[in-house]
Amino acid sequence: MTQNGHERPVVLEARGITKRFPGVVANDKVSLTLHKGDVLALLGENGAGKSTLMNILYGLYHQDEGEIFVNGEPIRARSPHDSIQRGIGMVHQHFQLVPVMTVAENVVLGNEITRGGLWLDRQQAAERIQTISRQYGLPVDPHALVADLDVGAQQRVEIIKALYRNADILILDEPTAVLTPQEADELVGVMRTLTSQGKSLIFITHKLREVLEVADRIVVLRAGRVVGETTPAEASEASLAAMMVGRSVLLQVEKTEARPGLPVLDVRGLQVRDDRQLVAVRDLELEVRAGEILGIAGVQGNGQTELVQALTGLRPPEAGSIRIVGRDVTTATPRQISELGVAHIPEDRQRDGMVTSYPLTDNAVLELYYLEPFAQGLVRNDTAIRRHAEQLVAAFDVRTPAVTVPASSLSGGNQQKLIVAREFTRELKLLIAAQPTRGIDVGSIEFIHNQIVKKRDEGVAVLLVSAELDEILSLADRIAVMYHGQIVATVKNGELSREQLGLLMAGASLQDTSASSATLAHP
Amino acid sequence: MAQAAEERTPSPGPPGFREYYARYAPFLVPIFAVFTALVVGALMIGLTGGDWLAAYIGLWEGSFGTPIAIANTLVRATPFIICGLAVALAFKAGLFNIGAEGQLYAGAVCVVVVGTMLQLPPVLHIPVGIIAGALGGAAWAAIAGYLKARTGAHEVINTIMLNYIAIRLTEWLIKSKTPYILGDPADASGSRTRFIAESMHLPGIRVTETAILHLGILIAVLLVFVVDWFLRRTTTGFELRTVGANPRAARYAGMSVPTSIVLAMALAGGLAGIAGATEVMGARYALSADFFSGLGFDAIAVALLARANPIGILFSGLLWGGLLTGARLMQVRAGLSIDVIKIVQALIIMFVAADQIVRFIYRIPQRRAGEEAMISKGWGGG
Repeated sequence: MTQNGHERPVVLEARGITKRFPGVVANDKVSLTLHKGDVLALLGENGAGKSTLMNILYGLYHQDEGEIFVNGEPIRARSPHDSIQRGIGMVHQHFQLVPVMTVAENVVLGNEITRGGLWLDRQQAAERIQTISRQYGLPVDPHALVADLDVGAQQRVEIIKALYRNADILILDEPTAVLTPQEADELVGVMRTLTSQGKSLIFITHKLREVLEVADRIVVLRAGRVVGETTPAEASEASLAAMMVGRSVLLQVEKTEARPGLPVLDVRGLQVRDDRQLVAVRDLELEVRAGEILGIAGVQGNGQTELVQALTGLRPPEAGSIRIVGRDVTTATPRQISELGVAHIPEDRQRDGMVTSYPLTDNAVLELYYLEPFAQGLVRNDTAIRRHAEQLVAAFDVRTPAVTVPASSLSGGNQQKLIVAREFTRELKLLIAAQPTRGIDVGSIEFIHNQIVKKRDEGVAVLLVSAELDEILSLADRIAVMYHGQIVATVKNGELSREQLGLLMAGASLQDTSASSATLAHP
Repeated sequence: MAQAAEERTPSPGPPGFREYYARYAPFLVPIFAVFTALVVGALMIGLTGGDWLAAYIGLWEGSFGTPIAIANTLVRATPFIICGLAVALAFKAGLFNIGAEGQLYAGAVCVVVVGTMLQLPPVLHIPVGIIAGALGGAAWAAIAGYLKARTGAHEVINTIMLNYIAIRLTEWLIKSKTPYILGDPADASGSRTRFIAESMHLPGIRVTETAILHLGILIAVLLVFVVDWFLRRTTTGFELRTVGANPRAARYAGMSVPTSIVLAMALAGGLAGIAGATEVMGARYALSADFFSGLGFDAIAVALLARANPIGILFSGLLWGGLLTGARLMQVRAGLSIDVIKIVQALIIMFVAADQIVRFIYRIPQRRAGEEAMISKGWGGG
């Protein structure tokens, strides 16, 4: 593939693209070349300039310097509309779909086939969608409501939308970030089909394994510049990670054997309903001891969110009991639980974990704002708050020009480090970390992982909830697999293989996975 | 990671004009909005055959041109400033308080009650009157807050309905004759309450035969700084702002969202109630059912014009009072109908509410979410 790649015609070329934002150069003389039928992986940490570059190629932004050629013709994309005309399509990380409309309506939106110039021709639209769907292996029902589709299917709709507009070059912005491992595998299959039929793809990601799996060529960006160009044959995960971060990175967390102490979290017969009043957690039993990391593995949407909300007082349980350090907190408020020494890294940092319009100072004391020294009585002590924020920023290497800038001006990794800093610098007995490294860069992941292990070694009980099996495998001392609101198995890390855990996550029973040493949570 | 930081390109020199322009946009937009509205207003005056220059000179002289005009403007601005604060405070807590009008009446009714039923020395009676107004407004607004916190019922609908109820209730309290409740048997038209005791009149300086520059404006200025201090510097203010900015994060942080909602509405209503008190105790000494006639709604515009910033409300409230006070002379000088000044006011609200228009006309850079995120990402995921 690689050798052929160079002989194929160039469909897209960017030369010396520079884009400046106030105070920062987001892209600095970036050049890249995409050949017909290739997958070009664009790899880089958050903030490396990947999204800026793609938004320039797609016409959302305009470069300050540099040129873009499509099929050898220079273009200066004025708008996404022009890009679509040139055959460039983009699948955004956050889907641009209208949930209350059908698949067909979403696909034709802005590009409607009409009868008599006024009436939408649903039949013809549906037929074209089905043709595309068959041709590229993208199964989807044109008449289904988008709101009823799962994430994988919604993504297929986004791809069909681009193909419907005759896109020959597809930009996929972090397409696997929202997918389960199985869905991600299917997407890789779709990408192969697309390229075999002459489409060319730009694949943006920071997941190294995927890059090595599907890419023909790999371009690595760091701090707005191209720092390397390679192929999967020449690269390894370690070499790519080093290129992204600018130094060698430990992909495996180094830790010693856990020395579990007394139980800190004890959950019995817990039942929790979700927002739609469906039972999301049923008859769940769980124990986490001081000085150990219990990892909850599971495909997203199996009740992990509701479990964490119940444990932190954000969602009242319907039945069962929760004890933390011996105290019954089943009906306690979030503040009562927090004051027992429970820290919570929420799964969605911008939605739950911080107020993005607030400066770092206010976010640094989001939970402790009412306590000394941050408040004297009812009056806030700005000096103490500021000093605390500066300490957090320094100790956890949060990259920011000042603690007075709004949290929204930080990258995802830095926002997460701020939350981790805030949660870790309290008096801790129990740490509940939900998706602590979702969507953040390799360097920050490494840092946060090490901090979690450090807390464990200090005797903190850690409950780690993650949809990334690799994260569970590298951090947890024990692993509990959650499926349909229940813990279906609890094993010591290492007793089951990655594949066996994957099967359990997909609903298979322990017998099926032929593991004898495992202990069943529910016989 | 240190390496990555070194490689980052330094920011290119001090920020240029464009950046200052963008940074001060929150202050520039309202000023430009007023300016634009005046320009469009001038065009309209011209088109209707009036003399726009004479009209605006009249407007200036009638509002800020003479000491008497200024005194009138201050009196007029007082309730707008206080009610603007009532809207802004709720706004900071994520609540759209359309109910300042009803809260004004609720407060004013309580003021009339303590003003007609109690006999106290002024040094006690005035504070008692203001507290009564604050409590009346607070209780009335807390109803909407409680309904929102408890059932999720939207405060916009509830405050609008509570406005109707408050106005009609006031009317009934005044007009009921069997028996008389608040109505004055001595008043032939039956449209107002009995007069409050003289011991509750706000001290002031008589400016003209009809106008007294009363203590209300000082109360308004004091409240501006109290509200600003409360929101920025107290833990409770921090809770209200957090609930307004991100209720999920507020819950996560251990704050009680329902408590904050009820408290924010009660405080907002309390402010509106104080406005009701200063009006009754400073200007008319009695209450009628058409007394406030839309003041609570204009307060929304005052708060919006100031972008819900308490200090800004001091100025937008003065502007509002000035426009109303100057209208008469403007009308006389240019031979205009009073409607034109109403149109200019409406234009100001429009240009502020739709700040996109002003930003477009004056090329003020938009802080686009995407672009902001890009800027931030430049600061290294490290």
